[in-house]
Amino acid sequence: MCLAIPGEIIEITGADPLTRMARVSFGGVVREASLAYVPEAKPGDYVLVHAGFALQTIDEEEARRTLELIAQMGGAEEEGAP
Amino acid sequence: MSDFALSCPAPLAQHDRVLMAHGGGGRLMRELIERMFAARLDPQHETDAATLALGGRRLALTTDSFVVRPIFFPGGDIGSLAVHGTVNDLAMAGAEPVALSAAFILEEGLEMETLSRVVDSMAEAARRAGVRIVTGDTKVVERGHADQLYVTTTGVGVLIHDGELAPWRVTEGDEVVLSGDIGRHGMAVMSAREGLEFESEIVSDSAPVHREALGLLSSGIRVHCMRDLTRGGLASAVIEIARSARARVELDETRIPVREDVRAACELLGFDPLYVANEGRFIAFVAEGDGERAAALLPGGAVIGRVKETGAGVVTLRSLIGAERVLDLLSGEQLPRIC
Amino acid sequence: MKHLDEYRDAGRARALAAEIARTATRPWRIMEICGGQTHAILRFGIDQLLPPGLELVHGPGCPVCVTPLELIDRAIELAQTPGVVLASFGDMLRVPGSKTDLLAARAAGARVAMVYSPLEAVRLAGEKQDQQIVFFAVGFETTVPGVALAVREARRLGLQNFSILPAHVLVPPALRAILGSPQSRIQGVLAAGHVCTVEGYEDYEPLAADFGVPVVVTGFEPVDLLQGILLCVRQLEQGRAEVENQYARAVRREGNREAKALVREMFEPVDRKWRGIGVIPSSGLALRPAWREFDAEARFALSTGAVEEPSECISGLVLQGAKKPYECAAFATRCTPERPLGAPMVSSEGACAAYYRYGRHHV
Repeated sequence: MCLAIPGEIIEITGADPLTRMARVSFGGVVREASLAYVPEAKPGDYVLVHAGFALQTIDEEEARRTLELIAQMGGAEEEGAP
Repeated sequence: MSDFALSCPAPLAQHDRVLMAHGGGGRLMRELIERMFAARLDPQHETDAATLALGGRRLALTTDSFVVRPIFFPGGDIGSLAVHGTVNDLAMAGAEPVALSAAFILEEGLEMETLSRVVDSMAEAARRAGVRIVTGDTKVVERGHADQLYVTTTGVGVLIHDGELAPWRVTEGDEVVLSGDIGRHGMAVMSAREGLEFESEIVSDSAPVHREALGLLSSGIRVHCMRDLTRGGLASAVIEIARSARARVELDETRIPVREDVRAACELLGFDPLYVANEGRFIAFVAEGDGERAAALLPGGAVIGRVKETGAGVVTLRSLIGAERVLDLLSGEQLPRIC
Repeated sequence: MKHLDEYRDAGRARALAAEIARTATRPWRIMEICGGQTHAILRFGIDQLLPPGLELVHGPGCPVCVTPLELIDRAIELAQTPGVVLASFGDMLRVPGSKTDLLAARAAGARVAMVYSPLEAVRLAGEKQDQQIVFFAVGFETTVPGVALAVREARRLGLQNFSILPAHVLVPPALRAILGSPQSRIQGVLAAGHVCTVEGYEDYEPLAADFGVPVVVTGFEPVDLLQGILLCVRQLEQGRAEVENQYARAVRREGNREAKALVREMFEPVDRKWRGIGVIPSSGLALRPAWREFDAEARFALSTGAVEEPSECISGLVLQGAKKPYECAAFATRCTPERPLGAPMVSSEGACAAYYRYGRHHV
């Protein structure tokens, strides 16, 4: 359950932490989302949005590490392949 | 487990009222057509247009009602849609569209300006498609008894080939050709729908496809069956043909073009693009060996699958990560979801 | 789409599947908690890439499926009450209560508005001051912060015509109930990544310890799921039972502090009945007394009492992972998405509907 997809903050409106909203771009499709729960988020960040709310900012460093770990495996497999 | 026929506990065994899903292009609509209409009337319901032999000429006849909300959406409106939809149904039978009729149901209080825009759009769409709107009808209902306006168009065309384009002609080895990227119309309408607004550059694919479709026939492509993709999307169209043809069709998800923004909008609302509506796309089942040539004749065309064998009417999809699953009809329209 | 397409890559999926096959030396049974994960597993055919003997069991992670019949009946009752509009996520509209569902009720004249965010229901209340707007608050921990903010916003705006019908459910108590059941055959758990974005995963640490079961917080894309399975299998093979975080790009151990703080301020845990399973202690949320004026059950006189579930439906066993959907005698025959016996056949996240939709009844 809980459809949540990552999108990029392109613009932030409002300064009050609880009513801060953002325009978030999902592959070119833009929707408003509340930033009430990601006070640190800034334009350019990717946030995970569920039902109109950003729940977390995506940690780029962790994302890179996850993919690197997999790349090591994939590399090993491809070297072994004919 | 004895006498299970007596103990079926299904809470909703019958729908005693019409639901939105009865018009959603999915399984409930198919059931309604088969049990309510086909059982009592006599339609050639496995194709979008009926073919008639009249005075030595073979004609195609089709009719369609349009109830889109909102009536203006990015890339089109109910008027152009009503022309394209009927022109396309004729084309799918292999007929050159000749003339349309248009019947309007108008809600009391509809602004004349709105109606005027819709009618202008119809005229323009007809002109571009090269058909004439030769007769029509108008009814007005009390405010609240219709949602602004509904349009019904009926079309007649002349078949440009001697054979028949129908699911029964689909056979083992046939290639499935798709005329362009999918899902634009459904997501363009969604983007304009109240309460769901999202900003995008997605524009409906609403367009007449008869020149492309008939172009395949006149180029000597051995076309067995064509279907335009409307409600229910690509998946529903392929499934319906597969079932009618009793053919096992294998599609390859990696070969099905979907624009990135359409895909994103689908992700956002929890939709599967394979089931999203189109209004300017069609599929053609063509004889083995003709697929690539057919795809090359269509701007954005692609060979997306083939008929593996006949016997069982089923559609399988090779997923993006290379595993296989069976595609099935949805119950009704997809609803935006958060789960 | 960035942070999405990378995790649907066929090469990465194959590499992970190969690594899983190299790692698993014997059969293992792993439960994915979340309906969204079940959906992705079937949509992409992830289970077909796994070595034989590695079994995925589908957990109760669909809040729509576990909403009890009587709550759906009450939602329908509200929608039929003059002057009331029931606002709901699209997910709930097709789910049958004891007699009908919200879409059919709407066809018969009830007022149901579909919304995408709880804030839209508040906006609706602002626009229609002469009507009572009741938001059907369904969802796991992921959805609660949005509902909390919506209620808070309604108070800030002084809206007298907004309330919620709370139907929230919590994952850790349900997982405890399942793992503690004598029938449980679950050896490893993929925890629901999106739930953990809010709540973190501290609550899973005692579960892993108490039941000796590895728990891997896992995302929802094919590559996430395969990596989650790999981490889980590694733990099982090495005899470990820890909480690990596959979904580190979105989940921190402590979760989202701001969201948790507001939820705890406004809601308190209560016992909650799960459709097909029964009452699970402290597995639901109710508004605290200071906020109870926004509870539709306090505002409107609604039917009370429980409703019996259809006896043939084995959704309870399916939701607990004890049976597969196709092991039900009614599956795909007397129970289909059009005429469902139980909620897992209705919700698109439901295990039965996912099996049906992705054609597993043909196999």
